[in-house]
Amino acid sequence: MTRYIIRRLVQAIPMMFLVSIVLFVLVHVTPGGPLTGLAGQRRIRPEKAAQLKRQFGLDQPITVQYLVWLVGNDWMKVDADGDGIKESYGTRTGILRGDFGISFKTRNPALVEITRRLPNTIYLMSITLLVVAIVAIPIGIISAIKQYSFFDIFVTTASFMGQAIPEFWLGLILILVFFAWLNNPITGEPLFPPGGMKTLGADFSLWDRVHHLILPVTMGMVGWVAWYSRFLRSSMLDVIHQDYIRTARAKGVAERTVQFKHALKNAAIPLVTILALDLPYIFSGSLYVEILFSWPGMGRLYYNSAVGRDYPILLAILIISAGLMILSNLLADIAYGILDPRIRYE
Amino acid sequence: MNANLEIGQDNLTESGVASIVRPQEGMMVALWRRFRRHPGAMGGMIVLSLILLISILAQFSPYDPEKSNIEGRFQAPSMAHPFGTDSLGRDLLTRVLYGGRISIAVGLMVVVITLIIGVPVGAVAGHFGGWVDNVLMRITDAVLAFPPLLVLIMLSAVVRDLDLSFIENNNVVVIAVVIGILGWMTVARLVRATYLTIREVDFVTAAHSMGASTLRIMVVEILPNAIGPIIVESTLEVAWAIMTESGLSFLGFGIMPPTPSWGNLLSEAQGYMTLYPWLAIFPGLMIFFTIISINYIGDGLRDAFDPHKVIGRVK
Repeated sequence: MTRYIIRRLVQAIPMMFLVSIVLFVLVHVTPGGPLTGLAGQRRIRPEKAAQLKRQFGLDQPITVQYLVWLVGNDWMKVDADGDGIKESYGTRTGILRGDFGISFKTRNPALVEITRRLPNTIYLMSITLLVVAIVAIPIGIISAIKQYSFFDIFVTTASFMGQAIPEFWLGLILILVFFAWLNNPITGEPLFPPGGMKTLGADFSLWDRVHHLILPVTMGMVGWVAWYSRFLRSSMLDVIHQDYIRTARAKGVAERTVQFKHALKNAAIPLVTILALDLPYIFSGSLYVEILFSWPGMGRLYYNSAVGRDYPILLAILIISAGLMILSNLLADIAYGILDPRIRYE
Repeated sequence: MNANLEIGQDNLTESGVASIVRPQEGMMVALWRRFRRHPGAMGGMIVLSLILLISILAQFSPYDPEKSNIEGRFQAPSMAHPFGTDSLGRDLLTRVLYGGRISIAVGLMVVVITLIIGVPVGAVAGHFGGWVDNVLMRITDAVLAFPPLLVLIMLSAVVRDLDLSFIENNNVVVIAVVIGILGWMTVARLVRATYLTIREVDFVTAAHSMGASTLRIMVVEILPNAIGPIIVESTLEVAWAIMTESGLSFLGFGIMPPTPSWGNLLSEAQGYMTLYPWLAIFPGLMIFFTIISINYIGDGLRDAFDPHKVIGRVK
C-alpha cells in the first residue's frame, strides 16, 4: 500500500505539469493574452501596450513565459520599466516556490487574497457537505431497500427534479420566498436574511450564524443531495442483488443486519470515492451561492477577479483547485483500497 | 424471419420461453419499442417537443423581443402578456421564447463540438493504445482536473476582450465553442472504452485480414458499436450545455443583453424580482422543464440501448 501511494504521488507530478501547461495554454493562446483586459475598460495606446508587454514579459516566447510563471525570473535579466533594455534581475519566484503573482487590483500577493477568503468558504462548504451527507445517505438507503415503494418513487422523481433545477434560480426563488414574501410572525421581519455571514455590528450569537447559513446551505445542497442519494440508491441496488446477500439471508441473518452490515458497508464504498472527488469544492466554493448571498469567500473572489480581469488571482485559484483535484483522485483510490479488500494494488 | 416466427409460435404452445424469441426487427424499431415503455422519457419527449414548437412559433408573436415600450413596463401576467412584461416593457413570453432558441441552439452546438473533439480523441486513443493512448488520456485527465465553471468564466473573459473583427460580442458560436472545449472528455472516454473492447473482436480481425485500411476499420467497423453510449451521452450533454450557458449568461459571461437568453433574463430579473416576481419565475421554469425533459429522455435512451436487454439483430 505504501509503495502504491508513493508511486501514485510520483505519477501526480507529471500530471501537475500537464495541468499547468493546459491552463497556461488556455489563457495565452489568445492573441492578446492576459494583457487585453489589463487596462480595464479603456483601450490602450499601442506604444503603451508594447511597454506593458515588455514590463510583464509578455513579449517573450510562450515557453519562456511558462518557465517564468513556473520557476520565477530571479535568475534572468528582465526589462522592469519596459523601455526595451533588460537591466535587472526579476523578482518573481514562480508558483513552484509559492509565488502566485501579484493581484492587478489590490497589488497584494494572490496567495494573501486567497487565504483571506478561504476560511469563509471552508466554513460554508464543510457545513453544506455535512448536511448533504446527513440528508442524502438515509434517503438513498431507504429508497433502495424499499425499491418501487411510494417513498422510492417520490425520491427518485424528486432527485430528477433536484438535478434539473438551476442552482442560481433556486437561490433567487429562496430569496423571493423566504426574504421577500414570508415574514417572521412575531417580529414582522423577513424570515431569513438575504445574505452575509452574520448581522453586521452585532455580538456573536450561534443562532445568528445559523440563521444566515440556512438559505445558502439549502441552495447549495439540493443538487448535491439529489446526486448523492441517486448514486447511493443505485450502488445499494447493485449490492442487494449479489450472491453473498442471498447467502446471508439464506443462513438466517436478520434482515436489518443484512441491509446495514452486509449491503450498506459495500454500497458505501463508491460513495466514499465520489465524496473524495468533491472535496476540492471545499476550497473553490460555490460561485452562485456566494454571489447571491454576498458570502465573502473564494467563489466571490473568483467572480470579482474575473469581472476585473485580475488574471493572477484567477490562475492561482484554478491551479490550486486542479492540484487539489489530483490529490483527491489519489485519495479516492487509496480510500477504495482500504475499504475494499478485494482491490489489490501492485 | 418467418422461420423465427414459427419457432416462436411453437414454443408458445409448449412452454413459456416464447417471449425470448422475437421476429427479427430493425435496431431503430427495437429501440423505439423499449423507449416507448419508459414513462419519464415519453413525458420528456412531449414536454420538450412543446417547448421546441412554441420557440419556433415565437416568430408569430405580436411583440418584438428587443424593442422597448417604457409605458408598458412591469405589467403583471395577463391575457395580453401571459408572462407579464419586463423593466423595458417588453413581452416576457416573447423574450423567453427567443431566449429559448438561443439556449437550445447553444446546447446543440456544444454537443456537435464535443463530438468533433471527443470522438476522434477517444477513437485514436483506444485504437492505437500505447503511448498515444497515454498522452491523450493524460490530457483528458488534465482538463477534467479543473472546476469547469471557473475555467469557463475565465475563457469567456479572455475571449470577450479580444478585438477580433469576426467575433461579435454576442456570438452564440463563440460561447458554444468555449463550453465545448470543456465538455468533450466524457465522450472521449466512452469512445475509447468501446475501441478497447471491440478492436480485438473477430469481425475486426476479419476486416484486417481482408485488407481493410486502418481508417476503414476505425470508422466503418468499430465506430458504429459506440453509437449507443454516444447518443445517450450527447443527450445528457445538451442538458449540461444549456444549464452551463444559462449559468454563464446569468453571471454576465455568456450571452449579453439585449439578446435574450434564459440565463441573462434571470440576471436582469434579480434587481426587480421582489416587486415583480414573474420576471424571475418564468425563465427559470423554462430552464427547469427543458433540463428535466432532456434528462428523462437520456434516461429512457440509456435503458433502450442497454446491451443486456438487446434482443434481435445488432449490426
